[in-house]
Amino acid sequence: MNERSTLSTGVTPRFSEESLQQIQEIFKRYPADRRQSAVMPILHLAQREFGGWLSRESLDYVAELVGMPPIRVYEVATFYTMYNLKPVGRYHIQACTNISCWLCGSDQVMDALKRKLKIAAGQTTEDKRFTLAEVECLGACVNAPMMQINDDYYENLTTDKVVEIIDRLP
Amino acid sequence: MKIVYQNIHLANSHTLAVYEANGGYQSVLKAIELGSDEVIEEVKRSGIRGRGGAGFPAGLKWSFIPKNDPRPKYLTCNADEGEPGTCKDRDILRYDPHRLIEGMIICGYAVGIQQGYIYIRGEFYREAERLQAAIDDAYAKGYLGENVMGKGVRFHLAIHRGGGAYVCGEETGLIESIEGKKGQPRLKPPFPANIGLYGCPTVINNVETLASIPTIIERGGAWYGALGVAKSSGTKIFSVSGHVNKPGNYEVELGMPLKTLLEEHAGGVRGGWSNLKGVIPGGSSSPILSAEVCATITMDYDSLAKAGTMLGSGAVIVLDKSVCIVRAVARLSRFYRHESCGQCTPCREGTGWLSQIMTRMEAGQGTLEDIDLLLDICANIGGKTICALGDAAAGPVLGSIRAFREEFIYHVEHGRCMAG
Repeated sequence: MNERSTLSTGVTPRFSEESLQQIQEIFKRYPADRRQSAVMPILHLAQREFGGWLSRESLDYVAELVGMPPIRVYEVATFYTMYNLKPVGRYHIQACTNISCWLCGSDQVMDALKRKLKIAAGQTTEDKRFTLAEVECLGACVNAPMMQINDDYYENLTTDKVVEIIDRLP
Repeated sequence: MKIVYQNIHLANSHTLAVYEANGGYQSVLKAIELGSDEVIEEVKRSGIRGRGGAGFPAGLKWSFIPKNDPRPKYLTCNADEGEPGTCKDRDILRYDPHRLIEGMIICGYAVGIQQGYIYIRGEFYREAERLQAAIDDAYAKGYLGENVMGKGVRFHLAIHRGGGAYVCGEETGLIESIEGKKGQPRLKPPFPANIGLYGCPTVINNVETLASIPTIIERGGAWYGALGVAKSSGTKIFSVSGHVNKPGNYEVELGMPLKTLLEEHAGGVRGGWSNLKGVIPGGSSSPILSAEVCATITMDYDSLAKAGTMLGSGAVIVLDKSVCIVRAVARLSRFYRHESCGQCTPCREGTGWLSQIMTRMEAGQGTLEDIDLLLDICANIGGKTICALGDAAAGPVLGSIRAFREEFIYHVEHGRCMAG
């Protein structure tokens, strides 16, 4: 169990027209009287559109769109770790240190990432370019050690390789 | 023998064209020819057991869905691959998504289900993209939709992405999550076969299970049932990770000796067989086997159960002699603490205590009494929670103390690991 709470910015975001149409398509995946099923996909969409994280206002906005009490949306957002409840850098680096990755040298990979970025796990660089997180198993264990940067997996890592990967990011 | 992975080494194996060129979607036609009852019988005859972890016979599961029930029925595919060490379903999703879709259509037809959902772990973003493209192609070609292959069968399919919660791999946690709630598992009974998604009869199968169905229908349940060994028929994909020379996903017949799997498929233990410390045979929740047991054990449901562990998801995690067993267990205990959903006190509190004690022991501050305390906590979690996560958290602790108690004692007495 992790303690996770929501953060207010005082600014209410709005989806683009395109996203609002996409949300109508999302509702169609589920029975008409089960709109709440759409909350997770809409939160994923909100996070992508609203700067990589979900503020209290974003959650309230999603609650309104889905027609759910805001508290139910907070419950969902705080339960699932992929919903970022505070700002993250442009590159969200998530390094796995669970058993298979650990056996294959994830401690060294994690150290190399910390040295390269000059931050600890859980922190964001001052220029807001990188957030480093230590995460649980991401399901690429036969290519350990691995990390995820935004949507992509990077596998069979070495200490040299992670530095190269970071340097090559646009 | 490759069944589920038979196409994944072909170029563009994920495309509809390659799937069709290799007999894809023909099993749907055969299934409709056989009729729904006979399809369920074939799956029963195949003896295939759930490949996600619990090992429940799939055909039996399908037959539990009530007939002539006025409620809609649902099929949910569990693609929330999250058991540490497991990454077999990912290769199905990204290299042969149509095999899964075909398996789901056949299940839908046999059980009378018109709507399926694939619950894919949220981190598998690229895999979800590829799966969605495959679903779109299947709709465009009439394999999915109002009139599957012109046969008057209706089957719709959608993806639901998870949000990074291990517990949603538990079938009722998964259902809650599709319903747009926290993924806290439900008390059973009632079972999903009667009250599942939206309170309706629901089949939940793992990706690998469903991806085996097209071949079972094509070749027949008896053919499939002859593969493997008694009560563990067919093939199974093992994700072999850790200290082997060729880690990878290997599909082999069930009942293969673990030593053969490691030496002939996974390139052997790093530093040779004599350098083996132990193997976690079925994902992080399964109790570890000592090297001595590893030398003779076979990889099937019953042999592993007899050895006090389980086949689980088929994640074979290999530890060589350099590994500090206390540190390994401490890492896994931290994982279960992080993933406990918090609704049952024995699990919520127990996983925290296990993690704290393991962490202090690893740091050289444990006592001999702590070893008994760990066992006591495990006894107070096991069987006392709504879902299996509590038992899963106890598994690595119990198994490691059973197989490597002297290392725990050494660690306490010397404040450091025997492995150096």
